Amino acid sequence: MLLINCPYCGPRPEAEFVNGGQAHIARPADPMSLTDDEWAAYLYMRDNTKGLHHERWRHANGCGRFFNASRDTTTDIIKRTYRMGERPEAEHQGAKP
Amino acid sequence: MLSPAIMRSNALSPMQSSGTTAAFATTLSILPDAAKLVFRGKTEAIEAAGAHFGVKPSLEACRFAAVGGRSVYWLGPDEWLFQAVNENPIEVFGGMSVALQGQACSLVDVSHRSDGIAVAGPTAALVLNHGCPLDLSLKAFPVGMCTRTVLGKASLLLSRSEEHVFHVDVWRSFAPYVWQFLDEARSLS
Repeated sequence: MLLINCPYCGPRPEAEFVNGGQAHIARPADPMSLTDDEWAAYLYMRDNTKGLHHERWRHANGCGRFFNASRDTTTDIIKRTYRMGERPEAEHQGAKP
Repeated sequence: MLSPAIMRSNALSPMQSSGTTAAFATTLSILPDAAKLVFRGKTEAIEAAGAHFGVKPSLEACRFAAVGGRSVYWLGPDEWLFQAVNENPIEVFGGMSVALQGQACSLVDVSHRSDGIAVAGPTAALVLNHGCPLDLSLKAFPVGMCTRTVLGKASLLLSRSEEHVFHVDVWRSFAPYVWQFLDEARSLS
């Protein structure tokens, strides 16, 4: 079983976590000014990265908190986890943040 | 006003007699009913809550503090569980809400949501590990540690009060499942 490092609780078994999809997607400041296509892109279009991908995870059966993880989608290795509101490390920003 | 007997019936009370009767190294027992309050709020509010409750809440992750029958469990960075064994939840809640007036926080009475099981014996960790993926060695899960985790298909709050004694706090509807799971696991180990 994989161990995921929760920023609050430390390394815990993956069965305690749920994936929350791609991270760092900002809600448009003024949704009313968007076209339907732009709004649909915000709602539904996501990266399909091969390599490093920043995504949200939730420690659902633990502290219950959301956090971010930088995971390599080819190896499934989680390079780093960090709290909500923090940015991915510079060396990991080669992939779209 | 309903009588306390009607208001509160332990979901595990039918289980104790239905289990296997053979003697096992690990014992399962039902923990007494308790007042349970879930607190969420910032550090100033948790300090005020702890001062009123008489137990200093742990600010360290995954630790609980206990004084007599009262204990406070760390559940998340802004979330704690206050537990008072054999006390009236309405009175405990009333006292706490008065003490927390003016603080930015939330306090919810969840006394009737869950029931407790004590898993005791030298192989208690092994029995729990039949369904719980956590490392339960003393190094990784010392006495005084508590955390929400999974056991089989159920989510529960697991804490270690002594080296060979674990307490499991599980929602009522999952309680018979967890009891039977542990009963079967101890017969295998």
